[in-house]
Amino acid sequence: MTSTVETRPLEVATLRREFPLLQQQSHGKRLVYLDSASSAQRPRAVLEAMDDYYETTHANVHRGVYAIAEEATRRFELARRTTGLFIKAPRPETEIVFAKNATEALNLVAHSYGRHLLPAGKAILLTELEHHANIVPWLMLAAERGVELRYLPVGEDYRLDLSDLDRLMDGVGLVGISCMSNVLGTINDLGPIVEAAHAAGAVVVADGSQLVPHRRVDVTALGVDFLAFTGHKMVGPTGIGVLWGREDLLERMPPFLGGGEMIRDVRLDGFIPNDLPWKFEAGTPPIAEAVGLHAAIEFLEGVGMERIAAHEIELTSRAIELLTEHHGADLRIFGPTNDLSARGGVLSLGFRDIHAHDLAQVLDAEGVCIRAGHHCAKPLMRRLGVAATARASLYLYNGEDDIEALSHALDVAAAFFA
Amino acid sequence: MAGLEDLYREIILDHYRSPRNRGELQVPPAHRVEGFNPLCGDEVVVYLEVNDGTITEVRIGGQGCSISQSSASMMSATVKGRPVEEARKLIRSFKAMMSIHEHSLGGEEGAETTEGGSETETISPEDLGELAALQGVVKFPVRIKCATLSWNALAQGLDEIAAGVSSAG
Repeated sequence: MTSTVETRPLEVATLRREFPLLQQQSHGKRLVYLDSASSAQRPRAVLEAMDDYYETTHANVHRGVYAIAEEATRRFELARRTTGLFIKAPRPETEIVFAKNATEALNLVAHSYGRHLLPAGKAILLTELEHHANIVPWLMLAAERGVELRYLPVGEDYRLDLSDLDRLMDGVGLVGISCMSNVLGTINDLGPIVEAAHAAGAVVVADGSQLVPHRRVDVTALGVDFLAFTGHKMVGPTGIGVLWGREDLLERMPPFLGGGEMIRDVRLDGFIPNDLPWKFEAGTPPIAEAVGLHAAIEFLEGVGMERIAAHEIELTSRAIELLTEHHGADLRIFGPTNDLSARGGVLSLGFRDIHAHDLAQVLDAEGVCIRAGHHCAKPLMRRLGVAATARASLYLYNGEDDIEALSHALDVAAAFFA
Repeated sequence: MAGLEDLYREIILDHYRSPRNRGELQVPPAHRVEGFNPLCGDEVVVYLEVNDGTITEVRIGGQGCSISQSSASMMSATVKGRPVEEARKLIRSFKAMMSIHEHSLGGEEGAETTEGGSETETISPEDLGELAALQGVVKFPVRIKCATLSWNALAQGLDEIAAGVSSAG
């Protein structure tokens, strides 16, 4: 792909036609989908790849010697390789573990690494802006093992406050951190945190659920030790998540779930675990979902991750401009409004004194789908001093017309609750 | 498809804009119960004073959407001054009205029991006064929890008072 292709702006109208769901109406209006941070929509290519797999190839993987079973195994392992290459994993064949979602991937690390390799007496450092998926598994570990949990605070500028990093990192054995906040849109600068963590001898577990679908992520450049993300937020299917981990760490970690596929040998009094990555994939894996994820990655790469990022930065900038201009003091944005390259297209809004749930209800009547609530980040909501926000989130298929529809729907809500 | 006017009836918006019995009560003698809606983060705090089997005072605290706040306001206005047993009957009736099950089955007066025993006796929606305005919430299943939040807290409070449990928090 030449660089001229990479920098060409996205043609949203053309791109949108690839997404069957976006063609429909809601309440008699054009369906305006602004909830991709929760779950994205998927293009026809993903649906067709999964259909084709089921219609022509399906059999269980790593078992049968017949032709379709061989082909199913080939497609499944090819999906693993493609997924690894997408995040520039040094060893895609062994370092990519398929789970059911990012939550399960994080639980895998908490159970296996946390319970067996985290040195006794070492603390865990998280941040105030984590999704519950990167808090609760560690709270469970803390309750079970008496591990101390610490939190990096969020500053007034909606970015992590690293002023106390050295003190907080002292005695830490594991850092759990989101690459991008699903509430604030803040893209965390992991560099200094990874450096401090490794200097302290700690491993870094990154939650890439929000960033991987939207920006080029290179695990080596990022410097983290584990990265979790999920298929359905990156135009792939539900039911598949990904854990990337450094091979030497995964090698030392004991299995998470037990069952078929994850063993090399089983006797009545014991078992020998399988090689990487199958050691962590008990039972029949999400095969069609892996095929769908492969197609999703090819779709994203076909459009170009750099173009997607540029489009979202531009659209986020336009959205902040347009919404602020039109709604003025009625609108509050919980998240950074400067340095947009270090921020994703997630806009958490407060509008007048209208509760987020009520706002989302009126917006729905206008065909506009947003998320209202605590976004599975209750500690962050407490930090912000609100119970809920209304969140509009952008992706490659969103355009300025969607922002205009959102703005118009806000006017309708203002009139309704006047 | 249900319209917004089915959900946001004028009386609901009125209770939302001018909530009744808003505030706190001294604990003790009052009893304090918290209710959380894990879906949206809404929380309601219900303060109750029960004397000689009658709810003599109710106050509502917390924050939430128009449905949870107006429902709490209506609840407070309805049960204040009522005997506990009547309040329990109101709780049963309100929750029956909010039951998505019977509405989705399309049963007529499905909530009405044939037993007639005091434990299961309910009041039909038509006789619930202004509370009937919340009936439209059933058409928006996600919002049912908003409407029942304060009623569940009330039920828990009455149970705790009956069992002699002191307020948590």
